[in-house]
Amino acid sequence: MIPEDLKYTRDHEWVKMEGGEAVIGITEHAQKELGDITFVELPETGADVSKGDGFATIESVKAASDVYAPVSGKVSAVNEELESSPELINRYPYGQGWICKINVDGDPGAEGLMDAEAYAQFLEENEQ
Amino acid sequence: MELIFEKSRDGRHGVKLPDKDVPAEGRVPARLRREKDAELPSVSEPEVVRHFTNLSKMNFGVDSNFYPLGSCTMKYNPKFTEKIASSEHFADLHPLQPQLIMGGMLTQGALEIISNLEKLLCEITGMDVFTTHPMAGAHGELTGVMLMAAYHRHKGNAKKFILIPDSGHGTNPASAAIAGYRIKTVSSDSNGVMDLEEFRRKIDDEVAGVMLTCPNTLGVFNPHISEICDLTHEAGGLMYYDGANLNAIMGKVRPGDLGFDIVHLNLHKTFATPHGGGGPGAGPVGVKEYLEPFMPVSRVVRRKDGTFALDYDKPLSVGYISPFYGNFSVLVKAYAYIMLLGKEGLVEASENAVLNANYLKEKLKKDYEIPYDSNCLHEFVVSAAKQAEKGVKALDIAKALINEGIHPPTVYFPLIVKEAMMIEPTETESRETLDSFVDIMKNIARMAERDPGKFADFPANMPVKRPDEVKAARDMDLAFTGTEKGAGG
Amino acid sequence: MSYIPHSQKDREEMLREIGISSGNMDELFKGIPEDLRARSFSIPSGRSEYEVMEHLKELADRNTTGLVNFVGGGFYDHYIPAAVDALVSRSEFYTAYTPYQPEASQGTLQAIYEYQSCICRLTGMDVSNASLYDGGTALYEAAMLAIRATGRNKIIMDGGVNPIYRKMMYSYTSNLNIEFVDIPVTRDRDYREKIYAHLDAETAAVILQNPNFFGTIDDHTDISEKCHEKGALVISSVYPISLGILKTPREMDVDITTGEGQSLGIPLSFGGPYLGFMAAKKELARKMPGRIVGATRDAEGRRGFVLTLQTREQHIRREKASSNICSNEALCALRALIYMSLIGKEGLKKVARLCLDKTEYARERISGIRDVEVKKEWPTFNEFVVKLPRNPNEVIGKLINKGIAAGFPLGRYYSSMEDYLLIAVTEKRTKRDIAIFSDALEAALWS
Repeated sequence: MIPEDLKYTRDHEWVKMEGGEAVIGITEHAQKELGDITFVELPETGADVSKGDGFATIESVKAASDVYAPVSGKVSAVNEELESSPELINRYPYGQGWICKINVDGDPGAEGLMDAEAYAQFLEENEQ
Repeated sequence: MELIFEKSRDGRHGVKLPDKDVPAEGRVPARLRREKDAELPSVSEPEVVRHFTNLSKMNFGVDSNFYPLGSCTMKYNPKFTEKIASSEHFADLHPLQPQLIMGGMLTQGALEIISNLEKLLCEITGMDVFTTHPMAGAHGELTGVMLMAAYHRHKGNAKKFILIPDSGHGTNPASAAIAGYRIKTVSSDSNGVMDLEEFRRKIDDEVAGVMLTCPNTLGVFNPHISEICDLTHEAGGLMYYDGANLNAIMGKVRPGDLGFDIVHLNLHKTFATPHGGGGPGAGPVGVKEYLEPFMPVSRVVRRKDGTFALDYDKPLSVGYISPFYGNFSVLVKAYAYIMLLGKEGLVEASENAVLNANYLKEKLKKDYEIPYDSNCLHEFVVSAAKQAEKGVKALDIAKALINEGIHPPTVYFPLIVKEAMMIEPTETESRETLDSFVDIMKNIARMAERDPGKFADFPANMPVKRPDEVKAARDMDLAFTGTEKGAGG
Repeated sequence: MSYIPHSQKDREEMLREIGISSGNMDELFKGIPEDLRARSFSIPSGRSEYEVMEHLKELADRNTTGLVNFVGGGFYDHYIPAAVDALVSRSEFYTAYTPYQPEASQGTLQAIYEYQSCICRLTGMDVSNASLYDGGTALYEAAMLAIRATGRNKIIMDGGVNPIYRKMMYSYTSNLNIEFVDIPVTRDRDYREKIYAHLDAETAAVILQNPNFFGTIDDHTDISEKCHEKGALVISSVYPISLGILKTPREMDVDITTGEGQSLGIPLSFGGPYLGFMAAKKELARKMPGRIVGATRDAEGRRGFVLTLQTREQHIRREKASSNICSNEALCALRALIYMSLIGKEGLKKVARLCLDKTEYARERISGIRDVEVKKEWPTFNEFVVKLPRNPNEVIGKLINKGIAAGFPLGRYYSSMEDYLLIAVTEKRTKRDIAIFSDALEAALWS
């Protein structure tokens, strides 16, 4: 259920490294907690982001959550389909519901990210 | 029900207007005119009256329904105050009139009401000076934080933060933020009041002030309040009192005596002016004497000859926060209410509000979890956590109450209680109404046990049932763009 | 007390239920330490309803409201149809709270949706909120919206904006990191050049007013174009009645429009409650302040209305909210909606036309008075400036004695305009009123 090929943060973002580019989204657990997503405020293409910055916002009817950058770099693409179909995140959080891509030059600062197993354990611990 | 636009037919109109009686014609060049008419509805007066009368029937109000909406003090709104405020000697008074030469003398009654009300509010709260200018509670909060900022600037204090407990109203952090401060949140302790240890760690000389509701949103009075005030003052900060819950303590406790420096009141809560479906309210702000120089202009002053005038000459003032003197007709109603109740009546109002809340809490505690079960004041919070285990959430209980003709309590607030339902009965409800509410709540608890699936049907007797809020937020249909029935929505 | 139903017996029994057998109501407060109790509570004793009515009547009578009014300044003496008062007096409207529970509040919610629709139709904009406190706070909220939307922090405000709103704007921004450029008042077109001199890539918005405070009307399309080239937004404060005739903010490509809705069926009431309205282009909707109502469908497919886009608001977003506003002016918005429904499409045009023609008549009459200057180069709507041969205060005093409020002395807000008077004419002023006023003005100056 938690894809093996991704890295995870404690704020429930996922990252997929594709060469020098990091694809970013939120996890199944995060979309479930938020409920029906009504709007995604995407970052601007070309914007510089630092690891830990809130760079996008995901809204449901009664909550708004910041998405924090898991790595540092420059936003190279955003998922424009989310503008008209934010529910893609609910349906395919690890696929069509990706949020943006970040061009990582140099050190992505990926240390501290969890693999699937560690994230599963993290979720379990948080349950308790 | 059809929209007023869907009832519109060209050629109809709802007001007979005077004919032109002057031999002149004002000219507006074509480039300054609108191209197409504003498509306001074209409807006759009887149609307009029927439309809005029927719309009104689709509302719960205090006059028709029990409305125990926590932190909103939905008490009965006396009728005589409405009559007084609509007098033409108030309603037709132009606000610029006192700024005309001799004009002040033509508004002496209005200025005296403002002055008298300010004095009464000072005595009720233990403050030294009041302004009536803020137009709602949150506007009072903003004014209060602006007063803090003006004071600190004048003193040369470099302050960055406002401390707010996590049970506070959302307006507190929002008001502090738009006035230019950053927020530090302090958690609640096991009794539901601000955690004193955490507060001690967070209060320092960068803190501009502390915003508190007392009793807080759980209806609990903070026993450490004097210590909190002392610590804040030692750090050079100011204490702000959010008066949303003043209805709990009139004549018993005064924020000024506790050590608060700034308070706002909600006249539309404690002083029985109607909420109007969301407003207008009024949020007068009171301060201790040393903050008087910073108060908004204008100030009503009394001259030696006994007449009233407006003083705009206040060099340290935060300036204009409202175009004139606040929501004047709301002030008139609150003034009349206080005059009628008087000292004994105000005390009685608070005592009975607290009695009703404690009575309901006692009667509900067998069936609902009460997370902070100390003595409450005017309101208390129950949790539907027990019912939620069966799949019946606070929102479902709210819908079942609507089905019974009762406006639900405030749900999902304060944020520190799971499945929160915040209940404030107010003093103007009879014992029979309270008992009947208890019976209904007990029935609901029983139904949650036995037949949780039933809740999906509620409310069954209203014009709509559970409108789709996700669709509303995604589609953003915020204005009617059609002309015929069936368009829009 | 008549608003508290309990008898002594009720109270005693209820107290016993919660474990207080003494019958002493003060025991309810035993959790509050003695040393924190009120040190004083010296409020006069209560009076009967009749006595309070008499007291307030006596105070009301000390206000003079029968004046024939030529004072405007953004707050106008328009006729309010009786049906407005009758309908807002329905207690189902006025004793309700904010419509948090849609099933129990469809009346208020549908009314707000209709109000938002009317404001959009009036201004030509796409989206409107459910109301703000007044025209001044609405303008401030618009500036903050522009700052959020552009990520910039410089605001340029034209000198034609109501001086009261200008003062409010200084107050609200004094503790914030906002660069505030105030364009000085000019009575000619060169304000454009002054605005452009400050307009740059740091500018969040330019704030304009139409008609401006001095009653002059203009077309701001060219200013919008220049602003948009620099990525700045345009905010325009407008007078709703004038939109029966005048070019809309949308037609001038304005991004956010605000205004004082008092002229739409709301009494002057010595300054409030009034109605701040705000409407904007659709792309700004999710950043707007205040409540917004949206149409949707319910579980059975019926049309219904709900508060929407609530994640902008303080009860959810707390310190990150788009505004701190909670209570707004819902009942005043309802008044405005009922007024606009009654007056209708044709009525609005007619009221605007009456204002325009009567103002022209007043201009003609008054410009005939010796040594009174009336600027005629720029068209006005229902308010105009006259220059008197001397300070207007003496004249105002003399006319008040004759039952006429002659206008507003501009020296009150502008030191360079000591001899100027701002005169407003609404549809309520008859030809006879205007003639009497003009004659009285002449007599006050020259006899």
